[in-house]
Amino acid sequence: MVLTTNPKGKIVAKTGNEAMAEAMRQIAPDVVAAYPITPATEIVQIFSQFVADGVVPTEYVAVESEHSAMSACIGSSAAGARTMTGTSSQGLALMWEMLYIAAGLRLPIVMAVVNRALSSPINIHGDQSDTMGARDAGWIQIYSENSQEAYDNMIQGMKIAEQAKLPTMVTTDGFIISHCMEVVETMPDDMVKKFVGEYKPERALLDVKKPYTLGALDLQDYYFEHRYQLADAMNKSKQIILDVAKDFEKEFGRKYDLYEKYRMDDAEVALVIIGSAAGTSKVVVDELREKGVKAGLIKIRVFRPFPHQELAKDLANVKAVAVLDRSDSCAASTAPLYAEVTSALFTHSGGKAPKVVNYVYGLGGRDITLEHVGEVFDRLVEIKDGAKVGEILKYINLR
Amino acid sequence: MAEKKMIEIRWHGRGGQGAKTAALLFAETVLATGKYVQAFPEYGPERMGAPVQSFDRISDSPITVHCAVTEPDFVVILDPSLMDSVPVTDGIGGKGKVIVNTSFSVEDTAKHLGIPSSQVYVVNASQIAVETIGMNIPNTPMFGALVKVVGDLNLESVLDDTKKKLELKFRHKPQVIEGNLQSIRRAFNEVQGA
Repeated sequence: MVLTTNPKGKIVAKTGNEAMAEAMRQIAPDVVAAYPITPATEIVQIFSQFVADGVVPTEYVAVESEHSAMSACIGSSAAGARTMTGTSSQGLALMWEMLYIAAGLRLPIVMAVVNRALSSPINIHGDQSDTMGARDAGWIQIYSENSQEAYDNMIQGMKIAEQAKLPTMVTTDGFIISHCMEVVETMPDDMVKKFVGEYKPERALLDVKKPYTLGALDLQDYYFEHRYQLADAMNKSKQIILDVAKDFEKEFGRKYDLYEKYRMDDAEVALVIIGSAAGTSKVVVDELREKGVKAGLIKIRVFRPFPHQELAKDLANVKAVAVLDRSDSCAASTAPLYAEVTSALFTHSGGKAPKVVNYVYGLGGRDITLEHVGEVFDRLVEIKDGAKVGEILKYINLR
Repeated sequence: MAEKKMIEIRWHGRGGQGAKTAALLFAETVLATGKYVQAFPEYGPERMGAPVQSFDRISDSPITVHCAVTEPDFVVILDPSLMDSVPVTDGIGGKGKVIVNTSFSVEDTAKHLGIPSSQVYVVNASQIAVETIGMNIPNTPMFGALVKVVGDLNLESVLDDTKKKLELKFRHKPQVIEGNLQSIRRAFNEVQGA
């Protein structure tokens, strides 16, 4: 029997895109400006239908490119409107300069990003190269394992963005989640509305009684301080994310953290992973546990701000760790998540750290199966038992 | 691999035959019976007539895997010509069941596929579709055949639930709803095999 977490929850079958569009309908932002791109198209397509049908009072701005979409979002958010959008891959890439502007101006825009490979070669399938490339743009990044998390993260994301005064992206893996129909528990509109609350910006350009200048030239005198404040806000948003998660759990019943610890209590070998492949890997962890192998998994939910101290603490007692990246960092020694995890361990583990290896997998939507994850764990067990680590960076299912 | 606690289904069709829609519809219907579900298409060449696949997973407990279905328990073939051009029996082992839209018999189809007839079911879904819906869209009749072969699903509650879904989907084209429902019932009753 499919059970609800909250007695008021409604069990439905939704794809990741439908779940995100549903969250947007319930949040009912003042403005959505978007340009369609596979595999995120449905999110704004479904939402624009809500607008056309009069289901939401949102002003929908159909723009001519993603650069314009983010520009319009910046304008509307600066004017004081609750603002959302959605994109993917090349669309996110085209937004690049505007991403930094949204963050620098401290505008709480929430963007659904369906993770997709970047061209070239052209590919429409899921990997996380697009948002990993934007990891230093000053946006909070929240990754989702499945449609349920996509729905829940969108709702929390709105509140987090507005409290932290930071733009926030919420992601799903392209096609694997965006187009996969699964069981999702949605909440009544009034509960979501109450949770998100009314948006009362501290300052808004349309508040003519309190005029102010936004986006002024900022040279050697203050630019540095403003960028410092941005980084500081990002660090402080960690507590906001945790507080919002606590409120969310109280209202809706589902628990969230900066990352999920799956069977980590006494784990000797563990994966650190992001997104849909975490779900596949959990099955392998369960199988290994049945065989007596002390396997565990950490699924990163919040990549920015990155939970360095927390993660170092939780990994300190593990013997061997594999960090799985669904993006590559060309000619850097390792991929993005591995770099963060090992830097966290080097800086914060107090000298006690596991052996850590790195795998790049799933680029362009390449499948990762239970067997592949099983092989990674086999190697970790060998390393735990004293085998030489050998090559740090390996590729899964690469022909 | 652990013992399989879930049912996995692979649909083979051609672009335009509704393999994706059928997989999603099936998942929604199964969810209504209180099971956990997953349904997803394989996106590749999105053109009319190109071979396409879609998948379902059904389980009594939450489904967390998000990899491809490689060892299906049931294979549904919407277009018989795919038997000659796509490895439709891949991964079915000695237990997987194959349901084919064809006018040929179970024995002939089994011979064509090169698998034992105990693993084969047939139904003339194209003919049923033409007679009930008015055109050769075999996905809803094959959906009916699958409901029968999977077993464990009540036809009347499936029809009730499907009616609600179709009323939403075709609110601008209500005339197609009755034909679709009829096609499901007929294929459920007419599918042959094992």
